[in-house]
Amino acid sequence: MTGNDATAEAMRQIAPDVVTCFPITPQTELMHKFAEHVADGDVDTELVLVESEHSAMSAAVGAAAAGARAMTATAANGLALMWEIVYIAASYRLPIVMPVVNRALSGPINIHCDHSDTMGCRDTGWIQLYSENAQEAYDNTLQALRIAEHPDVLLPVMVTFDGFILSHTAEILEGLEDAEVKDWIGTYEAKYSILNTDDPVTIGPLDLQDYYFEHKRQQVEGMRHAPDVIREIGRAYGELCGRSYDLFEAYRLEDAELAVVALGSTCGTTKVVVDELREQGVKAGLLKIRSFRPFPEAEIAEALGNAKAIGVLDRSISFGAPGGPVHKEIKAALYGTGHEIGIVNYIYGLGGRDMSMNDIKTAFAGLEKVAREGTPDDNIRFLGLRGEGGV
Amino acid sequence: MSEAIEVARTYLRPGKKLPTVWCGGCGLGIIMSAMLRAIAAIGVDKNKVAVVSGIGCTGRMPTYVDFNTLHTTHGRGLAFATGVKLARPELTVIAAMGDGDALAIGGNHFIHACRRNIDMTAIVANNQIYGMTGGQYSPTTPHGKRGTTAPYGNIEYAFDTTALAVGAGATFVARSSVYHAREAGLLIEKAIRHKGFSVVEIISNCHTSYGRMNKFASPVAMLEWMRDNSVSIKAAEHMDADALEGKFTRGVMVESDKPEFIQSYDEMAERVATDPAAVANVKKVIQSYDAMADRLKPENG
Ligand SMILES: Cc1ncc(C[n+]2csc(CCOP(=O)(O)OP(=O)(O)O)c2C)c(N)n1
Ligand code: SF4
Ligand SMILES: [Mg+2]
Repeated sequence: MTGNDATAEAMRQIAPDVVTCFPITPQTELMHKFAEHVADGDVDTELVLVESEHSAMSAAVGAAAAGARAMTATAANGLALMWEIVYIAASYRLPIVMPVVNRALSGPINIHCDHSDTMGCRDTGWIQLYSENAQEAYDNTLQALRIAEHPDVLLPVMVTFDGFILSHTAEILEGLEDAEVKDWIGTYEAKYSILNTDDPVTIGPLDLQDYYFEHKRQQVEGMRHAPDVIREIGRAYGELCGRSYDLFEAYRLEDAELAVVALGSTCGTTKVVVDELREQGVKAGLLKIRSFRPFPEAEIAEALGNAKAIGVLDRSISFGAPGGPVHKEIKAALYGTGHEIGIVNYIYGLGGRDMSMNDIKTAFAGLEKVAREGTPDDNIRFLGLRGEGGV
Repeated sequence: MSEAIEVARTYLRPGKKLPTVWCGGCGLGIIMSAMLRAIAAIGVDKNKVAVVSGIGCTGRMPTYVDFNTLHTTHGRGLAFATGVKLARPELTVIAAMGDGDALAIGGNHFIHACRRNIDMTAIVANNQIYGMTGGQYSPTTPHGKRGTTAPYGNIEYAFDTTALAVGAGATFVARSSVYHAREAGLLIEKAIRHKGFSVVEIISNCHTSYGRMNKFASPVAMLEWMRDNSVSIKAAEHMDADALEGKFTRGVMVESDKPEFIQSYDEMAERVATDPAAVANVKKVIQSYDAMADRLKPENG
């Protein structure tokens, strides 16, 4: 199955009460597939095909506020257009799950993969789970529902996977039985619902200097509980099907001197490179981030503790900031740990520029020097870029 | 024929932008050439024309035509175009939009542009489907017709683009089809010449998505459908509702005279600048601000 098919399959098995959708490349096939399931009567979901992503998220928020399980899916400019309501969904503590098929934001117009869309949403209060392959997109979607609805969390979750690279390429999927999924997700009883006539509530009214701040703090609390919940659910999922999940994956990292940090499909390619380098005697390793929000800083700092040089791969730019979003988090995580590790940021793959094994080897080769000499002045590099600044 | 070649040479961007990405037989090429013929007939300098689009197959049009062009985001063509027109009122501004672009994600911009009556031309290429993203039903997909998101037929009802434009206050509204290519060009020409907000809807064929799902064997079959299922407004006047069932009308629906937005804006500015009472008012406001600023100075306590 392709990443889109796999995610649509997870959605069919979840059978949310309401799904709202608007097409955008490369998410389109996901919603087609799901629309087919609905049309064929394979899933009992109210599917609403709205007129824009802004409406898609608004309708999902409305449905969730009324106590329904609600989902939608999008990419790139679709996510950008729904941003206003994306923030609201988290602020209302609505456990909406949304697959996002990563695609570069315009402009200029580009339909291929990078992470500028979801990274642009990293501070909206959503949990973000990144997927390495279609299997993970499927598994993450099933777990996301449980994470979002967990009473200690109650936050929406974005499950991301790389546009075209994962959304449109086929791999073998190990799926769960429908009955297993049904058991796994259980039934959902919203804590507050605007349709509860015995105890009517208002969601989202004016909240000024008096309590707005405290409510934001409560969101912080929800996010603070999330790491334990994500881990616990990842473990339980492993017991169910043999594939357990953590907040991140340490691949041959334990004794690694040269460590690469990445998220998304590039992790798969990086693993192959790590294996090759290990055969040549290079102590290479990978830290693959699954949960970017919440960001498990202490655990990541510990996992990177033995490295002599770290290369952080970012598939997006944080303009004007000291490096890409992942790079900044890694640096912040290591601050105060006492490890003086050389760190280089590799910005790569914008607008779908291919990330080949050779590119990753270039990154590792650069790290050897960093291990000897520490963080260089040119610590923000553009991997695979033509012209000035490119490596 | 040579005239057409001349138009193509003058107004198309040669080299790497052509051929277009459009499927062979797509109506969008006919709409693009109708627009170019209209501009050629008016004779406006090509550097004084701005063509703005959103996203979609239709949205690709500005890539190929050699004017000042802006390829923006899905649904927002008219909003960008409004900015262009306000900044450079001397330009002839044309927005090329798909039906989804104009009426779904950008529907709000559409009705407000009509209401505002700003001097630009909106060409709505209505292929009754989201062509570019693979055939999802759009706000103009007829009831009962199929789309990839409506495999058993659309249960919603379609907008009538021109009726919507008329209702929202556009001062020139017309419709034609890609089968009626010459008529389409002439209507676009009229629309551009009209002072105010003009809408020209051109029924087009997306055989790749719409046609395939709705039993049209070929682009030609779709063009024949347009030929056989449309009537000119004049002819429609003599037909009853039964005879008009399932057919669309072609021609100019509305051509009215209403003060245009930029003209009204300039007039207001002129009026305010020359009206002694208004000038005195403005002066008073400025004086009271100055006085307040004075009071707030630290040395004045
Ligand atoms: C914000 C946003 N949402 C969704 C899309 C995906 N998208 C691209 S074109 C399109 C529909 C195009 O349909 P229409 O406007 O009728 O143009 P056509 O391709 O039929 O000419 C959509 C939904 C997008 N580009 N941006
Ligand atoms: S998909 Fe449809 S609208 Fe787009 S170029 Fe092909 S025929 Fe034309
Ligand atoms: Mg269309």
